[in-house]
Amino acid sequence: MSTLENGVIRSPAVHAPGERQITFGQAILEAITEEMARDGSVFIIGEDVAEAGSVFKVLVGLLDQFGSERVIDSPISEAGIAGIGVGAAITGMRPIVDIMFGDFTTLVMDQLVNQAAKTHYMSGGKLKVPMVLRTTLGASRRSAAQHSQSLHALFSHIPGLKVAMPATPYDAKGLMKSAIRDDNPVVIFEDKMLYQERGPVPEREYTLPLGQADVKRAGDDLTIVATSSMVYVALEAADNLASVGISAEVIDPRTTNPLDTEALVNSAKKTSRALIIDEGYQQYGVTGEFASVIADGAFYYLDAPVKRIGAMNVPVPFSPVMEDLTIPTAEYVVETAKALCG
Amino acid sequence: MSETNDTKPNATELDAEHWLQAYEQMAKIRAFEEAANELYTSARMPGIAHLYIGEEAIAVGICEALRQDDYITSTHRGHGHCLAKGAALDKMFAELLGKEAGYCRGKGGSMHIADQETGNLGANGIVGGSAGIATGAGMSIKLRGTDQVAVCFFGDGALGQGLLYESMNMAQLWKLPVIYVCENNQYGEYTHNSKTAAGSMVGRAAGFGVHAQAIDGQDIRTVHATARLVIDRARKGGGPAFLVCNTYRFHGHHVGDIDRPYRTREEEAEWAKRDPLKLLEDWLVKSKQAESDVFERIQQDVKSDVENAVNYALEASFPSESEVDRHVYA
Repeated sequence: MSTLENGVIRSPAVHAPGERQITFGQAILEAITEEMARDGSVFIIGEDVAEAGSVFKVLVGLLDQFGSERVIDSPISEAGIAGIGVGAAITGMRPIVDIMFGDFTTLVMDQLVNQAAKTHYMSGGKLKVPMVLRTTLGASRRSAAQHSQSLHALFSHIPGLKVAMPATPYDAKGLMKSAIRDDNPVVIFEDKMLYQERGPVPEREYTLPLGQADVKRAGDDLTIVATSSMVYVALEAADNLASVGISAEVIDPRTTNPLDTEALVNSAKKTSRALIIDEGYQQYGVTGEFASVIADGAFYYLDAPVKRIGAMNVPVPFSPVMEDLTIPTAEYVVETAKALCG
Repeated sequence: MSETNDTKPNATELDAEHWLQAYEQMAKIRAFEEAANELYTSARMPGIAHLYIGEEAIAVGICEALRQDDYITSTHRGHGHCLAKGAALDKMFAELLGKEAGYCRGKGGSMHIADQETGNLGANGIVGGSAGIATGAGMSIKLRGTDQVAVCFFGDGALGQGLLYESMNMAQLWKLPVIYVCENNQYGEYTHNSKTAAGSMVGRAAGFGVHAQAIDGQDIRTVHATARLVIDRARKGGGPAFLVCNTYRFHGHHVGDIDRPYRTREEEAEWAKRDPLKLLEDWLVKSKQAESDVFERIQQDVKSDVENAVNYALEASFPSESEVDRHVYA
């Protein structure tokens, strides 16, 4: 993915030349460390978050800095720790609940969907649930069907939850910090294939608003909306499309709920064509919502139907030759884009 | 850890005045529930309600041992818990009727009453759904370094939920100040727990090393004395406790469950002899701490309070339509 680095480092307004480069994983750790230092009510709980520094080694050092009172190794009890998160959040804390694999979020559904998402509303605005649930998404680690899914659409569906899915180290840090400070339950999906991805992250303090899309590459002929690691797929496709004279704009919504509908619609109005890429299952996925937003908002500007590419509607298979077929690739995006612009 | 009550109730812990207050609280809950039933049967209440009648000694016995800043989480059968923790009748009825003056501005209804000011973190429509929340409140208490306690009320139906066991395990691991109160009213909806709960109820918690005991949930003296012990222990860092309070749901699963074909009238009559209000009244009279006419007066007073609250709620305004999408996000 390093070939795409130039695509990501794009905006001189955000990134200074020669700026410090850190990995996505380091950016997450920096965000959590800074917020824990800034606010004593922030703590993190999850399986292997403390001694092991998380299964992806993202949290190494956190235990030493903040101690076992605030960096808590839990039993393998996803629903239980999510419930603890809700209860602690209602009573004055800002918990970060760590769910190792996004697939395991199915075990916390009641606590997130029926409890966290509804508590503020059902209490007539009296109770607040300022908690973060951080988890992962993404296939291609040869981990098979129960450790590879991208289930962000399930949570994006639920009023009362916010859902963030950063693509770059810069976005990861800024969104994580905002998620921790937000007074609502926020689910943040980190693509486990991105943890080693490097990118510019300023040393100065910053946060990114939840609900603001980012133009990862400007273009005129086609809008490609892409989430999380699909941003890199989109950027690679955009490079290839440029060589055949198609100028693609890559928009990263960064959060699916709230969704920056204006950014999506405005880009589609400008380019008159839209293609959406996401690693969640295509059926009933966030791609459908994005497509609907664009179709509604930019209908009279469109020269072609909105196209979407999600993960294949099959459980993620183990064998590499099959797994690779299930996720969107730059080649397929290029083909689809050419057809769209033809 | 035994199935029997191993805590001796100490009648001298509260004086007559306090027992009469406790009686008044129970009578208030009883009158509230009877009025809720009446609002339902006269088609003036939207939806349904799950009545707490018969179980009043548990909520009152336990909440009388709590401070205002202690927390409770409650259940779909939660009116009693809310009132015992200090909720006001008028805002309760207003919520039941979906009025803006209700505790949740009409957005929660009977099953979701929450009142931060009295430490009520919310009733819950998911059976066992608040086990994690109460445990999280316990975690929060520990991290903030206060000496509060969180009480998690749930019914015997919740013994079928895995979340409860995940939560108790962690509460014991980390010595969290959480009291898990199982109101064993014998039935989960329409099914007797002999068909749903294998083995020992207290044994479930005892297996985690949690202090566990089964007590008579009809006798407020027993409930209160036991509550004081385990709450005091939790406050001092002694960790969680699990109480199985044996009780009975005098009415059906909810206000519309009138025929109750799943149980016999004989069984109901047997339990009716152990009405928690009557048991306390009999003891106070027998031990010459109160005259029998006192109880009638209390009944009159709470009925009149309930009537006023019902009228307030009936006359209160419904929320405006603009309220519908407020409070989705904080």
